Amino acid sequence: MKFATKLIATAAATLVSGMALADITIGVSIPLTGPASGLGIPMKNQIALWPEKIAGEKLKVIVLDDATDPTQGVKNTRRLVTEEKVDVIVGSAATPVGIAMADVAVESQTVQLAATPIGLPPGKDTWTFRLPQSNDVMAHAVVAHMKKQGVKTVGFLGYTDAYGEQWLKAFTAAGEKEGIKIIAAERFARTDTGVTAQALKLTAANPDAMLVVASGSGAAMPEMAIVDRGFKGKIYQTHAAATKDLMRVGGKAVEGTYVVSGPVIAPAQLPDSNPSKKLAMDFAQKYDNAYGAGTHNQFAGHASDVTIVLEKAVPLALKKAKPGTPEFRLALRDALETMGRTVVAHGVLNWSKEDHWGYTMETGVIVKVTNGDWKVE
Amino acid sequence: MDSTIVSILLLDGLTNGAVYALLGLATVLVFTVTRVIFIPQGEFVAYGALTLAVMQTGKVPGTVWLLLCMAVVAASMEAVSRWQHHRNLVAALQSAFKVLVLPAAIALVSVWAAPQMFPLEVQAILSAAIVTAFGPLVYRVAYQSLEDATPLVLLIVSVGVHFAMTGLGLLFFGAEGFRNPPFWELRLAVGPLNITGQAIITFICSLALIVLLWLFFERSLMGKALRATAVNRLGARLMGISSHSSGQLAFAMAALIGALSGLLIGPSTTVFYDSGFLIGLKGFVAAVVAGLSSYPGAMVGALFVGIVESFGSFWASAFKEVIVFTLILPILLWRSLQGGHSDEEH
Repeated sequence: MKFATKLIATAAATLVSGMALADITIGVSIPLTGPASGLGIPMKNQIALWPEKIAGEKLKVIVLDDATDPTQGVKNTRRLVTEEKVDVIVGSAATPVGIAMADVAVESQTVQLAATPIGLPPGKDTWTFRLPQSNDVMAHAVVAHMKKQGVKTVGFLGYTDAYGEQWLKAFTAAGEKEGIKIIAAERFARTDTGVTAQALKLTAANPDAMLVVASGSGAAMPEMAIVDRGFKGKIYQTHAAATKDLMRVGGKAVEGTYVVSGPVIAPAQLPDSNPSKKLAMDFAQKYDNAYGAGTHNQFAGHASDVTIVLEKAVPLALKKAKPGTPEFRLALRDALETMGRTVVAHGVLNWSKEDHWGYTMETGVIVKVTNGDWKVE
Repeated sequence: MDSTIVSILLLDGLTNGAVYALLGLATVLVFTVTRVIFIPQGEFVAYGALTLAVMQTGKVPGTVWLLLCMAVVAASMEAVSRWQHHRNLVAALQSAFKVLVLPAAIALVSVWAAPQMFPLEVQAILSAAIVTAFGPLVYRVAYQSLEDATPLVLLIVSVGVHFAMTGLGLLFFGAEGFRNPPFWELRLAVGPLNITGQAIITFICSLALIVLLWLFFERSLMGKALRATAVNRLGARLMGISSHSSGQLAFAMAALIGALSGLLIGPSTTVFYDSGFLIGLKGFVAAVVAGLSSYPGAMVGALFVGIVESFGSFWASAFKEVIVFTLILPILLWRSLQGGHSDEEH
């Protein structure tokens, strides 16, 4: 019903304005229900705050729910590209859904801005750009901080899934350059009831620091087990754990943990030299004003970065073609690849033809859990 | 590997094993009485822990509303089937009321009690009551009309119930996990071992429940009725034991055991809406060790699973689950070679 009304309204508007169909259409498919809804809902909140115009062109935004289901995500994307003829696809925030959507993006030759760090085989990501930082960039920040702290040996306790595996690879590579070695690597699953045995083996190896690779509220349990075994060294967590759930579940036991994250986590505390400080603060303030103090998070930040990126790329693409055409979509992709260094709230992007991850190594920020809150190191 | 590590791993394995033992017992209980392989047993664990976690925040847990909905569905099913049999409206309404009254009472008390922030123990009892009330309702709604179906059909229904309960858990509790406060903050250092109050409570509760179950089956009329149903359903029915009420009683006990297990593990790990499945499956492996028929066997099997899991995660943490679930193959082989008779029909 709503859709039909919208259609009629659009048709009427088209008649009145006499074929002014040059609006830029953005199709969003994010998880508003299902296990990843916690990631999609803040994005939707931020999308409601998007400006009405980008580079002088009117913005038309269509938001669909992918229910954290790859099949639904693909269905949504197909609908967006065939029926709505969108110029840009945004989504998903869930990795498996984002990967499935990338196929449609290639097929329909539409730019996909994914809010999840999806790994794709070469050739599959020609139309996909990632808004989150890659694990390599984050591992770089962790290694740099460890080096400053004089850490030489690390114990690794991570998920048995792709996230844990990617981190192990990224960290091993980054650590090698600085002479930091993983001396023990143990695994666990999010739903495990305990990691006592793994913690026992790790503490027996007696590393200078521990790296826990887990996400959200699942990150607290392994760290508590390590602390329980009397480990006194430093404990690091990854950016998937950079939510308040870590403190909610972990309480006192996670005090003093170092967590790597993008700059949006605590923008006010960033040094003025951080290029993202202004944008991150601006985003956080607007979001908190609309939805309550302290509610901004990294996923809303990705949604905010979409407009920053488009603001820069769309004028370049408009020189070559009109929105709503395949030529415009191609021009937009080229613009994203060639526009060069772009500061966003989440860091500094530099996409190129070869690199659709793009964050520069200066992006990662280390925060320390102090009195149940983040403190930038 | 020295004796210190061995003792720590043993303690860890036994603590987990004690919880698996409870779930293994529940699985055996449900299977012998109703021939249902109850896969959703673990969901009661997650429901129990998470219901308490939500109560801790002073809100009414979503499980309360689910309980009410299920009670209404079960009551209308009861009324319809009564009406079809007897064509008597009063009798139909009466039996519907009987189904409805207890869950409704528990739900009302919970709605009233949730915002009052009662002490942890009171909230724990309330959570256990809510989850226990699910047992008979699940049986009434999903299984009762299929009582005479083959174990395979019942197994397929179980898979459906499992998916439904996990999905509803996600809806009510969200995707993030919770950790409950410990019931007893004790920490004892015995040599290299760090014994927590929570571990002691787990052991005591498991032991007490096992003894209680034994007394129930040996000494009470209801327990004997359940045993009779387990031995021979038709014979038991001829003796006037209702297979409906035996089934519902077995499910109520399974739900209670599940809820208690949830309360026991809640303080020592982060429980997610889908945590229960794997825990329940390990209880199932324990039950399989016992051939789905012996309570002491299930207990021994559970402690064995717990210890294997603990040592498995020490030596090869990436393959821990593989090790635990591969156990089932040699055990099944051994059991099928050993047992000459067919277990198909009880």
